[in-house]
Amino acid sequence: MNVLIKNGHVLDPSQGIDGPGDILIEAGIIKEIKTGDALARDEGAKRESGSGASGIRTIDAGGLLIVPGLIDMHVHLREPGFEYKETIRTGTLAAVKGGFTTVCCMPNTSPVNDHASVTEFIIRKAKQEGHCTVHPIGAITKGQRGEELAEIGTMKSEGCIAFSDDGQPVMNSTVMRRALEYSKAFNVPVISHSEDLTLSEGGVMNEGLIAVTLGLRGIPAEAEQVMIFRDILLAELTGGRLHIAHVSTAGSVNLVREAKKRGINVTAETCPHYFSVTEDAVRGYSTNAKVNPPLRTSRDVEAIKEGLTDGTIDVIATDHAPHHADEKSRPFDMAPFGISGLETALGLSLGLVEEGFLTRNQLLERLTVNPARILGLGKGTLTAGSEAELVVIDEKREYEVKAEEFLSKGRNTPFDGRVLKGMPVFTICKGKIYEW
Amino acid sequence: MLNSKDLLGIKELTEQEILLILDTAAGFKDIIGRDIKKVPTLRGKTTVNLFFEPSTRTRTSFELAAKRLSTDVVNFSVPTSSVVKGESLLDTVLTVQALGADFIIIRHSSSGAPHLISRKLRASIINAGDGTNEHPTQALLDAFTIKEKKGKIGGLDIAIVGDIAHSRVAKSNIYCLTKLGANVRLIGPPTLIPKEIEDLGVGVFHNMEDGIRDADVLMMLRIQTERQDKGFFPSTEEYSKNWCLTSDRITLVKDNAIVMHPGPMNRGIEIVSEIADGPRSVILEQVTNGIAVRMAVMYLLAGVKR
Repeated sequence: MNVLIKNGHVLDPSQGIDGPGDILIEAGIIKEIKTGDALARDEGAKRESGSGASGIRTIDAGGLLIVPGLIDMHVHLREPGFEYKETIRTGTLAAVKGGFTTVCCMPNTSPVNDHASVTEFIIRKAKQEGHCTVHPIGAITKGQRGEELAEIGTMKSEGCIAFSDDGQPVMNSTVMRRALEYSKAFNVPVISHSEDLTLSEGGVMNEGLIAVTLGLRGIPAEAEQVMIFRDILLAELTGGRLHIAHVSTAGSVNLVREAKKRGINVTAETCPHYFSVTEDAVRGYSTNAKVNPPLRTSRDVEAIKEGLTDGTIDVIATDHAPHHADEKSRPFDMAPFGISGLETALGLSLGLVEEGFLTRNQLLERLTVNPARILGLGKGTLTAGSEAELVVIDEKREYEVKAEEFLSKGRNTPFDGRVLKGMPVFTICKGKIYEW
Repeated sequence: MLNSKDLLGIKELTEQEILLILDTAAGFKDIIGRDIKKVPTLRGKTTVNLFFEPSTRTRTSFELAAKRLSTDVVNFSVPTSSVVKGESLLDTVLTVQALGADFIIIRHSSSGAPHLISRKLRASIINAGDGTNEHPTQALLDAFTIKEKKGKIGGLDIAIVGDIAHSRVAKSNIYCLTKLGANVRLIGPPTLIPKEIEDLGVGVFHNMEDGIRDADVLMMLRIQTERQDKGFFPSTEEYSKNWCLTSDRITLVKDNAIVMHPGPMNRGIEIVSEIADGPRSVILEQVTNGIAVRMAVMYLLAGVKR
């Protein structure tokens, strides 16, 4: 695959590039990136000679943004075991449609990815059928039961880049302590699904007046915050690498901010739905707005945005959680938690730039270099010599979200019908060019 | 005229709609007091009672209401149905509709189950209790009973005592009585009253004596003993000591105050027999009025243009 992307605006926080530039890709590798003076000289030379290289596809990216492929460190690909919800093939196709060229899949499959054999299966399947790069996240404990540590070292050797019991918290504090201690030997982050199950106690939406008026059991913000505080204390105790998944409350942002001030080794992510929509979306018993942690209040939404602005929250991840329509057609309390997020994440996130909470550069950091740094991936960059994983974005294109047109099998989104601004027009990944 | 083909909750009704139902029910109460209790109004229509939770009084009340309007009534019995074979709720109700149901009376343990099916069906859905959300016909029959006994609802001081958090009866009554202008007070232990509920325009009391003082109406709720296992209160004995309607406490209410209970009662736990069976009690009249109110609801829903 040889491609020349011309006339675009290159934005690459990893190299501090933010200006006009051309990118030449040869055999799936970034051969050359020309910006600034080099670009001007090149333009002059070309006008003289009047010719370009042959056998190269040229993409005119005039008026478009060229950025490193986005990294989503929190998705559920559902394979093995729940292929009726999503497969590695469909999930990664949805990813590249959304501008992601790397996704990290959570271990709550069937069987659970708590053993190197499952890790090996996912990586092999992703190589065969995946449209983008897939890095598995291994389970912290065997069967995600929160009792005995899984073989973290062996799974890391097989390709797991982080460890989490996502979907389930590690309720036992000693087990979590051991995980944070033991994982230091392998320099991998432990990702906390922060939920005190004794406080969330079968709740299905945010606790508050709306839950009362709908007759739905509430989950207090404290169910999340109690666990985040516990895990911060355990990270402090052990010196382990803690990453907090899907931060959803104002109190959680404060806890992480304080912990970072005290120099504790903690990072955090949030998801587009926690800064784009409130618990109001649940009215009418809308199961597509049922997610865990639950959608919160406008006060929380504001705090999440501030946390992204000041860097308390390092990463935007989707927590892409596809489900079958039949499951989401159940009564609210019986429907599964989750939002299919890969195909709306970029548009929703660009909303933060539009609203002035983030610069484009800051947004890209939270979608590329920051997750790459946390996970130790040499990705999220357009440096010459690296594999060509990039996205060409039309920031100005407005479009209406149509769930039925999702490439993901999961059409469970609370954003159906919402008009978003900014979408990928090309995704280049694994030696292929996707034109949207 | 009602605005919707369904009765999903009191939340969804306007004050005018509530008053229309109560006025219509008064006419039906005359009919069911006669020797010949049946009218041909809805002959040829079919009613299906679809109860996913056990119920005797509400199901029987709906069945009698439907029969007195001359509809054919079928009781869809859940334990013997395909639901136990894993059929989804939507498949079950679509089947029931395909069998020709014009009215589907549904009780379900999930809040919002009637709302879910109402979007998919042409039949009129009547909520007979969904999870901890609403039990609208209970609130309507309570309002009917209060109006009958007191001549009005606006301005009355009405105390609801018990497990507010888990009671769909309490929720529907809060919406209904506040829409009709009553002053509603909720009484019970803090573990059983959500703190946000004051935003609905009600007063909250944890001390029974303070809460019932000078009330016009007392509504006692059934206390479910399984709440004790979940730690909402330490024992039924302690609950009774603090929140049972006793002969001592009843002296605090207005002289002409009435006492209500949606049933079934736990005698000696939330209400003592002397009061349940005493002159202030309108508990059995609530049951009778239930039929008239449910007839009114079905009659009015049948008239809603599709």
